[in-house]
Amino acid sequence: MSLTRRTVIKNTVVAGLAAMVGMPKLLLAAWPENAFKAKSMEEALTALLGTTESEQGDIVIKAPEIAENGAVVPVTVTSNIADTESISIIVPHNPQPLVASFDLKDSEPFVSVRIKMAKTSDIVALVKSGDQLFKTAKEVKVTIGGCGG
Amino acid sequence: MAETIKIRAKSTDDIVTVKVLVTHPMETGTRKDSRTNKLVPAHFIKEIKAEAHGKVVFHANTGAGVARNPYFAFKFKGASPGDSIKISWIDNQGNVDSREAVIK
Repeated sequence: MSLTRRTVIKNTVVAGLAAMVGMPKLLLAAWPENAFKAKSMEEALTALLGTTESEQGDIVIKAPEIAENGAVVPVTVTSNIADTESISIIVPHNPQPLVASFDLKDSEPFVSVRIKMAKTSDIVALVKSGDQLFKTAKEVKVTIGGCGG
Repeated sequence: MAETIKIRAKSTDDIVTVKVLVTHPMETGTRKDSRTNKLVPAHFIKEIKAEAHGKVVFHANTGAGVARNPYFAFKFKGASPGDSIKISWIDNQGNVDSREAVIK
């Protein structure tokens, strides 16, 4: 096949498009945008983990009973489930329920973080272990919301 | 940008506990500026990770639900006092920062 001007342009465009599509994934290691933009816990779970089915599991959530300031709520999650691959923290009543998802394949099943809570809500911790999903919830009463308001 | 990351890493009984404090506004994009009455654009950390011995030992995808000036703590095995640990983050506006600290 002769390398005409037309084919050169075509190849350049195709290569350019491929690079544009491929690049952000490489740079951002697939930040789960749909999961973080989801407006409900179910949506977030489906986007993040592909399922909403979960069992009660041996997960310990340490958080205050009453949080005076919803803008800063300290949460510590410890999983006693074997082969904990990830811990995700979800606040169902937040405008964007998914707070964070921690990949813990190479670390201990423990994580501590400070989160925002819009109003009194459960804090849900989900643990992925193999193909299974485990969850535990703990209610935190919030007296001042943490989302601007 | 000034230093945005503070790290404390301590090894006890083969387990390293790492505490990280990052200076970041963590704007949700839904808050209004009280003076201009305009929405403050979303500005939050998307990913934070820790590396030791060139291997990722901790990685988190985070959203705007993490509190301002985020604090993270985690534990991992396989490093000893004197080893270094590197923490790096990237936010939704493409800013990045990283810092290394020595495990005590």
